[in-house]
Amino acid sequence: MSVLVYTENWDGKFKKLSFELVTYGSKLAEMLNSSLVILSIGQVDKSELEKLGKYGAKKIINANNDQLKVLDNQAYANIISDIAQKEGAKVIVLSNNNSGKALAPRLSVKLNAGIASGITRLPSGTDPFIVYKKAFSGNAFVNLKIKSDIKILTLAQNSFELFENAQTPTIEDLAVQVDNSSVKTKVLKVQKQTGKILLTDAEIVVSGGRGMKSSENWGPLVELATLLDAATACSRPVSDEGWRSHDEHTGQTGKIIAPNLYFAIGISGATQHLAGVSSSKYIVAINTDKDAPIFEAAQYGIVGDAMKVLPKIIEAVKELKHK
Amino acid sequence: MKILVCISNVPDTTTRVKFIEDNRKLDTNGIQWVINPWDELSLTRALELKDNAANQIQSVSVIHVGLPTSEPTIRKALAIGADDAIRINAEGIDAYFVAAQIAQAIKNEAFDLILCGIESSDYNGSSVGGMLSEFLGLPSISAVSGIEFKDGQALVNREIDGGKEIVTSPTPFVAIVQKGIAKEPRIAAMRGIMMARTKAIKVVEPANIEPLTELVNFEMPKARATCKFIDPDNARQLVELLLNEAKVI
Repeated sequence: MSVLVYTENWDGKFKKLSFELVTYGSKLAEMLNSSLVILSIGQVDKSELEKLGKYGAKKIINANNDQLKVLDNQAYANIISDIAQKEGAKVIVLSNNNSGKALAPRLSVKLNAGIASGITRLPSGTDPFIVYKKAFSGNAFVNLKIKSDIKILTLAQNSFELFENAQTPTIEDLAVQVDNSSVKTKVLKVQKQTGKILLTDAEIVVSGGRGMKSSENWGPLVELATLLDAATACSRPVSDEGWRSHDEHTGQTGKIIAPNLYFAIGISGATQHLAGVSSSKYIVAINTDKDAPIFEAAQYGIVGDAMKVLPKIIEAVKELKHK
Repeated sequence: MKILVCISNVPDTTTRVKFIEDNRKLDTNGIQWVINPWDELSLTRALELKDNAANQIQSVSVIHVGLPTSEPTIRKALAIGADDAIRINAEGIDAYFVAAQIAQAIKNEAFDLILCGIESSDYNGSSVGGMLSEFLGLPSISAVSGIEFKDGQALVNREIDGGKEIVTSPTPFVAIVQKGIAKEPRIAAMRGIMMARTKAIKVVEPANIEPLTELVNFEMPKARATCKFIDPDNARQLVELLLNEAKVI
């Protein structure tokens, strides 16, 4: 009996969320008194795979095939399903990111396994198996029982603290068979912007709303973000107006993020926006309107003009943090 | 080509959700029900594709798993422009149940493109689209932020970290869509609303399917600590608090 964790890689490299998954899997395996198996698909070097050992990985299956350079949902789901069955996996853990959302539901049907997605904690009970997750876009929570023999969990990013439990993992290389005709998804073009901190990976996010009045006022936000190694984000009206690009839009129909710190500057705090950021550990709100709903969601707030307040914050960061 | 859009009936986002019966059930009193936002955008995109004669789209159908109380939401989809609708007469117990019901109901139909929103704003499961694809044995493309047809080939924008891929798949396939699929939801015009009254909603009885999950109970979020306000003239104090109290910078 085992817990199987699927760790995605990005051009052969893992990210913090990969280590969160291994930590989670490790603790879950302990809870269930079962073994832990990590599955990686694609070209990943041994030295990179060994990094997973730091967080408790003891057995890693390194599956690869030339046909797997690009995500094809069916092909990847077939591989994970086959390995889950071979390894007697009772729980399969993936991330709640794009690829996890693409693969977990297909696995659910293949393995007749119930899913709980976007979870942030270990199960509250194993028999019955009950997990805690968000509902109503963060306005409530639900305790969900998974009744099936095999269970699938997708873990919300930045919700589970890393825990070091150093192991020397055994790595099993597996040259998987992939039928060429079964890989239906073909990538024609890739458009990628490198160098920018990814919004979904950032631990600190500096976000602006319509209260900033114009795209010309973004200078201080960008400066603060640079000083804090933060990503920049915005509310929907701002991206709709074209002041910032659409990939910065955080909110119910934009990106859902869970950074350690979220600066909401000139953002009123409409429900749809909060749905995207309510899992942030800390929210700082800066707004001229003392009655803005954002102040109900924030831990720290300043009622004032961002254009006057931000320079002072930037000065203080330079002095206190960078001394 | 025939397009199918899966639609979910959800409480409007601004609803203050409340629970009854020992926190086991949603209190439906006073709730404004709407088409799940992503599904509304999917439907909009399907209709935009149909508007372009070159795409040769015969029809845009919608399908929904729900009780008769969902009918107003289905009528709205028809009013926006869907040609016909199927309602599977059952409460959508969990994603697996919903996907299995839809797969069963359409197993003898031949849709070329099926659109599903990435998640519904009530249970945020992000599962129906992928499960439906697997039940139907069809390829799926997820994180779709755009779709068009050129010379009969589907060109799909798939979001990846830091950018996007332009991807293709032979039809039939399922596109699981998110932001960007359509700029704004299409609005039902007067004519559409009138025509919707005469469009068919085919009602089918559900198949015998066992859900794999069960909702035990709901919990409300813990009351948030009240916001600590900092004097705008002493903004430096905020940085001190973030450093020393919150320890997040």
